[in-house]
Amino acid sequence: MSAATPKGVLTTPIFKNNPIALQILGICSALAVTTSMSVSLVMSLAVIFVTAFSNLFVSLIRHHIPSSIRIIVQMTIIASLVIVVDQILKAYAYEMSKQLSVFVGLIITNCIVMGRAEGFAMTNPPGLAFLDGVGNGLGYGFILMLVGFVRELLGAGSVFGFTVLTPVQDGGWYVPNGLLLLPPSAFFIIGLIIWVLRSVNPEQIEENEFQMKENTQPKEAV
Amino acid sequence: MAQSNNSIKKILTVAFALCIVCSVIVSTAAVGLRAKQQLNQELDRKSNILSVANLYEPGMDVEDAFESRVTPRVVDLRTGEYSDQFDPSTYDNFQAARDPASSRTLSGDRDIAGLSRQEHYSTVYLVGDPDDPEQIILPIRGQGLWGLMRGYISLEGDGNTFVGITYYDHSETPGLGAEVNNPRWKAQWEGKQIFADGDDVQPDIALVKGGASGETEVDALSGATLTSKGVTNMLKFWLSPEGFGEYLARFRSGVARDEVQGAATDLDDTEGA
Repeated sequence: MSAATPKGVLTTPIFKNNPIALQILGICSALAVTTSMSVSLVMSLAVIFVTAFSNLFVSLIRHHIPSSIRIIVQMTIIASLVIVVDQILKAYAYEMSKQLSVFVGLIITNCIVMGRAEGFAMTNPPGLAFLDGVGNGLGYGFILMLVGFVRELLGAGSVFGFTVLTPVQDGGWYVPNGLLLLPPSAFFIIGLIIWVLRSVNPEQIEENEFQMKENTQPKEAV
Repeated sequence: MAQSNNSIKKILTVAFALCIVCSVIVSTAAVGLRAKQQLNQELDRKSNILSVANLYEPGMDVEDAFESRVTPRVVDLRTGEYSDQFDPSTYDNFQAARDPASSRTLSGDRDIAGLSRQEHYSTVYLVGDPDDPEQIILPIRGQGLWGLMRGYISLEGDGNTFVGITYYDHSETPGLGAEVNNPRWKAQWEGKQIFADGDDVQPDIALVKGGASGETEVDALSGATLTSKGVTNMLKFWLSPEGFGEYLARFRSGVARDEVQGAATDLDDTEGA
């Protein structure tokens, strides 16, 4: 990523350098809020907003941030933005904010936001930093929507709350898979997405950092 | 440049300026959106009242249904009589409980719900004909395991039989104490009695471990002993003469009906205002 172009910073985080699938950041919120697509969508929009504007503001004042307190400066900016988002959600999407509960507040600790502020916005001009924030937010949102789609469709038989596969409880034929409504299922789905992405882009595959020695004798294992 | 950025003066200036700017942004958002948020909370409270009375259906017009089915009234907890001193739609129990002029201190044995202050007047919600209500909805609150739990209970017009219970604000452990809002647990409240036969002063309703038997027992929440204890205590408190006991006694003896009929004209006036 030596020469950052506006188009490049916007699109590479979606497939080539996805924050969730390649950098494995922001996993906990991806597990928690993907039970339905509408919740995933709101969460994605919130993260896009926060990453974009925290990048913008950090980049605007990057020449004045003393390096000794830069992390806390970034945190303050991010935290303020998150509170603003939380307040807006409480005012205009109350039901949604109740469902998202603490996870809006936890955007503050989302490594994607912090990572982009520290890794990109500190060294790049505001316009580019803003687009980078939008791009990374989109990359996060893309995975979230994909996971949300699978979980809602197979777990509840609906998409965006509209019933697609009528579940047995309502007289249909589809037996909902309860596991998909529980957080562990998101691990499986994200794992499968990572597998697909790395099969398509083999350069994403990491080298083995260590090799385990085989058990030479069965006795050693006991 | 990096050198000058790291001088103590610069660090303090940047930190101070950033804090000022951020706090202005945050407080603008908080103050500017407060009216809208309060409206949402109000709507949420109303849908909770409707849902504890089993009147709530998804997608209904909450404001409309509340207006047509539910009548709020303010009750003087000390005498159990209705009071026209306050406007029931704006009276705030929690505000009143904080103000020494409109509340009393509770301590020791009397404060089983862990409230420390209790208001003199409280709002009740009557479903159906206010003179002869189908249901009486009472606000309850008390300490759970982690903090204050706030909710409503709904009683039938006899002032003794439960219709439902709901908590709209609590911080209990998810999966254990937070199961107070599990529909399956809430369903067993229907038809339970506050008082066993005979004693009509101290409520008998309680959460019990190991299978409820009888009309005044409800299954405790498994794995949440302290939350269950908190729920029992707050019910015992709010349904005793310290809480709504005086008021409910009138329903059991039938006094409130006659009295409300006398005050029915006042009621119309307050509703119009």
